[in-house]
Amino acid sequence: MIHFVLLISRQGKVRLTKWYLPYSQKERTKVIRELGGVILSRGPKLCNFVDWRGFKVVYKRYASLYFCMCIDQDDNELEVLEIIHHFVEILDRYFGSVCELDLIFNFHKAYYILDELLLAGELQESSKKTVARLIAAQVFCLMEPCCFSGFTFQ
Amino acid sequence: MSGPSLMDSLFQRSLEDIIKGLRQQLIGEQAFISKALDEIRKEIKSTDLSTKSTALLKLSYLSNLHFHDMSFAAFPALEVLSSPRFSHKKIAYHAISFSFHDSTPVLLLITNHLRKDLNSTNEFEVSLSLQCLSRIANVDLARDLTPEVFTLLSSNKLYVRKRAVAVVLRVFEKYPDSVRVCFKRLVENLENSDPQILSSVVGVFSELACKDPRSYLPLAPEFYKILVDSKSNWISIKVLKIFSKLAPLEPRLAKRVVEPVCDLLRNTGAKSLLFECIRTVVTSLSEYESAVRLAVGKVREFLMDDDPNLKYLGLQALRIVAEKHLWAVSENKEVVIKSLSDADPNIKIESLRLVMAMVSEHNVSEISRVLVNYALKSDPVFCNEILGSILSTCSRNLYEIIVDFDWYVSLLGEMSRIPHCQMGEEIENQLIDIGLRVKDVRPELVRVARYLLIDPALLGNSFLHSVLSAAAWASGEYVEFSRNPLELMEALLQPRTSLLPPSIRGIYIQSAFKVLVFCLHTCFVRGGSIVPSASLNNLPAGVSASASYESFDEFSVENGADVTVVHGQTRASAPITKESIVNLLNLVELALGPLLGSHDVEVQERARNLLGIVDLTKPEVLNSSVQEKDDSEGKGVETSQIIKLMHDAFSKELGPVSLSAQGKVSLPDGLVLKENLGDLEMICGDIEPPSSNSFSFGSPYEEKDGLSFSNLQIKEDSEQSNESTSLLAEHRKRHGLYYLPSGKSELISNDYPPANDPTLQCDINDNDDNLVKITAESLVPKRKPNHGKPRPVVVKLNEVDEKPVAMKQPESRDGSLSGAVRDVLFGREDIPPTSSQSNLSNKPSSKRKGKEKQHTDPHLESKENVIDDGNSSSRRKDRSHGKERRHRSPRKKNFEERKDTDQKEKEKSRRHHGRHKSRQRAEEPLKVTAQTPVIPDFLL
Repeated sequence: MIHFVLLISRQGKVRLTKWYLPYSQKERTKVIRELGGVILSRGPKLCNFVDWRGFKVVYKRYASLYFCMCIDQDDNELEVLEIIHHFVEILDRYFGSVCELDLIFNFHKAYYILDELLLAGELQESSKKTVARLIAAQVFCLMEPCCFSGFTFQ
Repeated sequence: MSGPSLMDSLFQRSLEDIIKGLRQQLIGEQAFISKALDEIRKEIKSTDLSTKSTALLKLSYLSNLHFHDMSFAAFPALEVLSSPRFSHKKIAYHAISFSFHDSTPVLLLITNHLRKDLNSTNEFEVSLSLQCLSRIANVDLARDLTPEVFTLLSSNKLYVRKRAVAVVLRVFEKYPDSVRVCFKRLVENLENSDPQILSSVVGVFSELACKDPRSYLPLAPEFYKILVDSKSNWISIKVLKIFSKLAPLEPRLAKRVVEPVCDLLRNTGAKSLLFECIRTVVTSLSEYESAVRLAVGKVREFLMDDDPNLKYLGLQALRIVAEKHLWAVSENKEVVIKSLSDADPNIKIESLRLVMAMVSEHNVSEISRVLVNYALKSDPVFCNEILGSILSTCSRNLYEIIVDFDWYVSLLGEMSRIPHCQMGEEIENQLIDIGLRVKDVRPELVRVARYLLIDPALLGNSFLHSVLSAAAWASGEYVEFSRNPLELMEALLQPRTSLLPPSIRGIYIQSAFKVLVFCLHTCFVRGGSIVPSASLNNLPAGVSASASYESFDEFSVENGADVTVVHGQTRASAPITKESIVNLLNLVELALGPLLGSHDVEVQERARNLLGIVDLTKPEVLNSSVQEKDDSEGKGVETSQIIKLMHDAFSKELGPVSLSAQGKVSLPDGLVLKENLGDLEMICGDIEPPSSNSFSFGSPYEEKDGLSFSNLQIKEDSEQSNESTSLLAEHRKRHGLYYLPSGKSELISNDYPPANDPTLQCDINDNDDNLVKITAESLVPKRKPNHGKPRPVVVKLNEVDEKPVAMKQPESRDGSLSGAVRDVLFGREDIPPTSSQSNLSNKPSSKRKGKEKQHTDPHLESKENVIDDGNSSSRRKDRSHGKERRHRSPRKKNFEERKDTDQKEKEKSRRHHGRHKSRQRAEEPLKVTAQTPVIPDFLL
């Protein structure tokens, strides 16, 4: 299973974190610091896997963002690479050629997409179309009549 | 402070404002965040849910990406959760699943919210709730929400059902008893035609099977069907994962699976699936030669690929194959060796491991040669990785693969000279260990040691200090093999030794002591310039070249040109003449004089000892060199006697000592140990305990020093009368406890080596020679068939060197989970008596013991009752047709349904009847549970 998902920018800024197992806030910062150091320092033509504390971290760089997922020893690294790519494609489809800024300003939407894709550390939806449809349906749900003000969550 | 007003709500900053503000960084990130946090704290107290939820959203943003604590918002998050609006709920769930953990105090309050949303008609709300449950579930939540999850498992909304399936795994983990309720529905979903649901279910089973594969063997037919029919690679990968866990347990299953896996292997285009097939074959189907061949062929393709990922995974797969099929590695040898110089450190390490897997006694020297060359070229980290793996591979099982120890010792010397080497301690251990164990290698060891010692440059490298200490020790201990002890002496006393830490310096001085005694002995007792005993070639000393090392210039000059410094390689031995001895003594005085004031006791004492013997012998040497024999005749004899004694003391062989040796020493008659210990405090209350270094018998290396040292003390104590005796007497006074009574002092050196010899239990107190003889005999020579040169004897100790057999049973972490699963699957009929079943297999005994045992632990009691209940009546029913069921287990739905209803009834009556029933059942014969697992013949 996937233990956590991290999106780190080339400058080491965290853009998204998702934890499927309980990590305390302290552990989270530690994990990010450690992994950020390891992954960002790796050259471009190296393999996409890092052994880390008995787990494997699969990462892939898309433009200025590193997508990292931590998995168990006997999980399939190539499968996870495909999941990452899948996620990126969905983001791309949703935002229309996604860039880092999209994720910065739509931080919660990236989460909702990820939640459709992965649940409890497992891939849930392998069809890009379905994810797009589900997201659209939920956005529709979000549009329900509001009672108080225009300052609602968009 | 009152809550925020309407105005605050109206002008609340949105998440976007926060993000923009953070990016503009007008007032610095930290300042901005703390300002935003202040606002949030205010806003989150608002009674307006919109304001509250926006505050919560902002907070979870800051917490997510800037790691600020959001525990204070736990309760507000729950309030937002209760909002009827989906958008609020979504924010709340996100915040909760991010920040809640098992010790969050308000966790108890969330149960009803979750339940309400699980029952919601809006599938997205159900999904949110499930997601949240998967993340924050604890025992209570899992137990309380099991019925809802159970219902959702057969929901007609596929979207909900597949999510419920994924979440059920977490519920099982937290609350194993939920298996009894939900498992059947989960299994039903295996037959669902929807690929998404199938993917979810298979995912759950692959996680479950990782933990306890045996329980899921009965489901093999279903998995097989999925494997054969599946069109989706995602599913195939997961099913393969399950089979790689199941196949090793059941040979018939492996036989059945191997064909479809090979088909996939041949036909698939997806690399991830291909890799999973390869991994399944090499881990679980390695007996099937053809499958392995096929897989290795594919691995080869991976290795040849330009993609570093495939290369890395190929190497990894190869490493798994290597355990059983070494040929696979040899076939790909070139690629593996080439990968050692890959740009990627991961690939390098992986190929290093593979190379080490190839090592055997035939090729160890070639491979080591290649690796050391790589080490020279590579970066410090990888260099040490290489050295470490060479060291550990070569020393495995007492140097099992080493035939030519001369070669190995020189390799060790070479390795320590590699600039990046940081493996000093391991090299040190091995040098000493080999010196102790392998007699034949000692001349070479001394040669290597000399080579290390005479290089002043090495003293500057702190990583090498421990290697140098081993070298110093070896050259002192085995000085009789040295071609030129005088040169060795200079090396040991060279000025740069001041760079060494005191403990190692002490070893240097001690070795110098041994060398000096050896020289004196050679010179006086054996008469003049007798060449060192071990020198093989007795070439004339004319080939000597004085002052061949610059750093020794000062010594050579000072000593006159008499001291002959000989190249080790020239195989010439230097004569030890009176003049050279005089020079040697001068050198010792010069070098060690300043150390008398050293702050380190070890260094100081040893220096003093050495100077003591110099003082003792110097007058005589001088006298005899000017041919004034008459007046010093008597003293000369005395001195040479002392030298002889000390030489004997040093040349006594001390073998490696087993860690448990001391335990085997039988107590000599008349030695009362226990009573005296009571006085210990009184006698030496003010003395600090001796350093473990000099008196520990724990390690075979250290006590050698300690023993010879104490031996020396005793000898000197009894026979010398110069200034050093006062120091020694002091030492004896301080550590008197550790000396035996002086009459028996010789025994000390011999007590321990024979102790590890099991044949020797009786006559510990016999005389030394006898013991030494027997010890030598007991060192069983182990020869390996080899080529050309016979493998030297490697001394082995029975107890130490054999690794203790770990009797650790693999214990399943979630015994209760797998137990529950087995209950459901096997119908509690044939429970395999594995360790994970402990709570179940204990059952009969606890029942026989009856009520009082059940009273001891209420939790256990209720658990047992559950087991009994889930079992008692259904088992009575089953027993009649237990046998047939085993054969038609794939079609046992009827039975399970019945069991399910049983279950529900029983849950109601559990508390009342449990104990009663269990007592009732105790009277029944219990032989059924004791049966070995009968695995139904599912596939054949």
